[in-house]
Amino acid sequence: MTTPAPRSAPNSSVLPEGWGMVIGLEVHCELATATKLFCGCPNHFGDQPNTNTCPTCLGLPGSLPVLNEHAVELAMRLGRALHCDVNRSVFSRKNYFYPDQPKDYQVTQYDLPTNLGGHLDLPSGHRIGITRAHIEEDTGKLNHVGGGGRIHDAEHSLVDYNRSGVPLVEIVSEADMRSSEQAKEYATELRAILLATGVSDAKMEEGSMRVDANVSVHHLGEPWGTRCEIKNLNSVRSLGRAIDHEALRQIDLLNNGETVRQETRHWDEASGRTGTLRVKEDADDYRYFPEPDLVPLVPSAADIARIDAALPVLPAARRSALADAAGVLATSGGVVVAVERGLDHLAQAAIRSGADAGRVLTHVEHNLAVDGAAALSPEGFGDLVKMETSGELTATQAKTVLAEMVATGGAPAAIAQARGFEALDGSALEGIIDGLIAAHAEEWEHFRNGDDKARGKLTGFFVGKVMQASNGQADGKAATALLRAKAGL
Amino acid sequence: MSALEIAAAVRAGERTARAVVEEHLSLIGVREPELHAFNLVTAEQALAAADAVDARVAAGEDPGPLAGVPIALKDNLCTTAIPTTCSSKILAGWKPPYDATVVERLAAAGAISLGKTNLDEFAMGSSTEHSAFGPSKNPHDITKVPGGSSGGSAVAVAAGFAPLALGSDTGGSIRQPAALCGVVGVKPTYGRVSRYGLVAFASSLDQIGPFAATVADAAALYEVIAGYDPRDSTSIPEALPPVRHRLDDGVAGLRVGLVTELCQAEGIAPDVVARVAAAAEALAAAGAKVEEVSVPAVIYGLSAYYLIAPAEASSNLARYDGVRYGLRVDAPTTAEMYDRTRTEGFGPEVLRRIMLGTYALSAGYYDAYYGKAQKVRTLIIRDFQAAYERFDVLISPTSPTTAFALGAKADPLAMYLNDICTIPSNLAGHPAMSVPFGVGADGLPVGVQVMANALDEVTMFQVAATLEGAMA
Repeated sequence: MTTPAPRSAPNSSVLPEGWGMVIGLEVHCELATATKLFCGCPNHFGDQPNTNTCPTCLGLPGSLPVLNEHAVELAMRLGRALHCDVNRSVFSRKNYFYPDQPKDYQVTQYDLPTNLGGHLDLPSGHRIGITRAHIEEDTGKLNHVGGGGRIHDAEHSLVDYNRSGVPLVEIVSEADMRSSEQAKEYATELRAILLATGVSDAKMEEGSMRVDANVSVHHLGEPWGTRCEIKNLNSVRSLGRAIDHEALRQIDLLNNGETVRQETRHWDEASGRTGTLRVKEDADDYRYFPEPDLVPLVPSAADIARIDAALPVLPAARRSALADAAGVLATSGGVVVAVERGLDHLAQAAIRSGADAGRVLTHVEHNLAVDGAAALSPEGFGDLVKMETSGELTATQAKTVLAEMVATGGAPAAIAQARGFEALDGSALEGIIDGLIAAHAEEWEHFRNGDDKARGKLTGFFVGKVMQASNGQADGKAATALLRAKAGL
Repeated sequence: MSALEIAAAVRAGERTARAVVEEHLSLIGVREPELHAFNLVTAEQALAAADAVDARVAAGEDPGPLAGVPIALKDNLCTTAIPTTCSSKILAGWKPPYDATVVERLAAAGAISLGKTNLDEFAMGSSTEHSAFGPSKNPHDITKVPGGSSGGSAVAVAAGFAPLALGSDTGGSIRQPAALCGVVGVKPTYGRVSRYGLVAFASSLDQIGPFAATVADAAALYEVIAGYDPRDSTSIPEALPPVRHRLDDGVAGLRVGLVTELCQAEGIAPDVVARVAAAAEALAAAGAKVEEVSVPAVIYGLSAYYLIAPAEASSNLARYDGVRYGLRVDAPTTAEMYDRTRTEGFGPEVLRRIMLGTYALSAGYYDAYYGKAQKVRTLIIRDFQAAYERFDVLISPTSPTTAFALGAKADPLAMYLNDICTIPSNLAGHPAMSVPFGVGADGLPVGVQVMANALDEVTMFQVAATLEGAMA
């Protein structure tokens, strides 16, 4: 194993000295089923309002729920991917009045959830506990019309019940995160697991993955403070910004001698601030009780074994495998990015073919963030890296050839030949540079005697000219080195 | 004519379904104004359905086992494009876009719905006095209640408006009005009859069942509506053993337990107990082995029921909020709209039970109320199981008294006590039925309750048929 043993999280660097923050996340994900959780209506985003509805998901009198087996399967699959115990579970009703909720109760799991007690290992090596991952139904969606489009100043509101009854899993983490960076890493890794297992399409922008963050602050070494919950963060970036903003807000309060109220807050992306949504004291009593219209869910040992056997290789294991092949740490940037982009198999194959692992990972990390990269032939990619390390191509040329390989599927040797790429030998490069020094004496003087800033600018100037003169065949690094040597630096 | 006789005549082409329906509609025309069995009589649809049945007979097809048989449907069963009110103002104007499973099955069996019958609002009550549209009256004495909550259905059968009716039974709402109106009323095993399309009162207790003038007719209706339905997750997948051809098997050798606690409970009238004793004798005379049996936990049934049923009701009735259908009383904010709509839309008994149930489920009270009631429920099931190790069926009074006067039980607790004998079977999920067995001191009908173990409707019907035969 290249993955280091899980360790506890480092504290946030954005907070003033002596302060720490504590973060737990609740993530709602729509399950990738064809139909809703309790009826046969399509589970499909973006259709005309109220077209994917029936008596059951409209909560009409007399309608009854019938549990979607595939939703249960997906939830259990996620549970096992998060190392949870899969248990006998019971659906409960969570009672509260809201117009987007047609029955005025939500069917969810309360004291007996399907998945309990797992963990998620972050790419950086930290282990985050998973409290539970339970199944529940989504609500409809309110569209506020008039005013500012928010509930408080709207003229009226329209309800779209297409989302009503869409199956969700809610994944609740332990309060194990200590910085917004980790929270972002957790959300990113969880998303990767959801995608790898096919449990959810996890599109944050379409709301099929929604993150709530519980944030509190404390003086390091002292007990944790009162937490606030920030609702419905719809991008990883918002998650990070909202957490840091919220932690600093709480520290400001405490520094001013005030206290933090336990409350639910919303994040306003435009203003970059959180605001009060509701204070905990007015929180509803949800009067949970077992849903009498459904029977308990009792997975057999065979069900769980079947799900385990069908689990795909998860991102953490893929990072380990690639790191082992490359001889680097599983936390290294190239490895993390390769697995994130699904390019780990390509990279491994290229490394196996004898290509330099460092160059392979560099290309994956910096030059392959494009559509179609995954379709690259591993042999061709390996050959390209070999041509580069053997000096047949400069780094710049290799990058150009790689881009064309992705676009056209061609072989690197053929592309290099068609473009007339061949690395300049040292004497040709020296000739070009000598010519440039003669032609640009004033710039050369500044380069030799100027400050670092000026020299940096002029390096760009000269290397650019070298590239022009060599038809892009010169190696930028070699050119820089030669320039400095000639300047006596 | 019984339902079975009508079906036989219609299937044989001896009578038309239209003639049958017209005859019953004319009866309704005569007595319905004083009895108020129906919230809505759907005469036009009934005649059209009758013509369709007749056309099938004429074409040589078999329209089904209930061909041309008129039936009355309790107005908490969903019927496509026909108002379903639950006798509540809050559902004003609502027409379901779908049929309940039982309604579909009836149509497939050739039965013809005459309309929707009156009930205590949302099936909460024992007299139909809690209907938003006024009470139904007992056909044997119109100063008396017909019982409830399925009072309208019991009246429809007792008055001859329809040979068959459907009701729903959460704590006795089929059996008690059947007893008070002198007809047969059956609550099958929980899960035997699909609840899909039954507007929920208390989901873990609700069960649809037949009313009929005879045990054989009730059995025929039971066979049509019972059986697995994938649309109800609590529906029982086991195959349904047919009942009707076993009705004449008699009770020789059967072990019958007379439940002591239900004959001695508070408020059970001596004339009713006397009729139950007579029923026990009749069964013994027919060859059954009859003994008294103690089922101790049943006396806690009423208390447990009045926590569990309102708790579930408080949640089931939350959806009547004015947002999507039914009554809406507008207000400046959504919360006020909820308040006003529900305050105006629900009657006092429904509001009382919503309050009770909300309280029973509240944080800090759940364990003491709802949680404890569920434990009592487990005890009742345990005590019944012990009894069913020694007995095939249990008998008791259905209702503590014969029909009481309209307005006599204004105190809610006095009304709740009506269900003391019927509630235990709902809590246990067991089948139970009421069969008429003579009259009380006032000359009004008395019903005997026959209870059986889960899924054993066959034995229950056999015992009821024997009692019916003993009265003939």
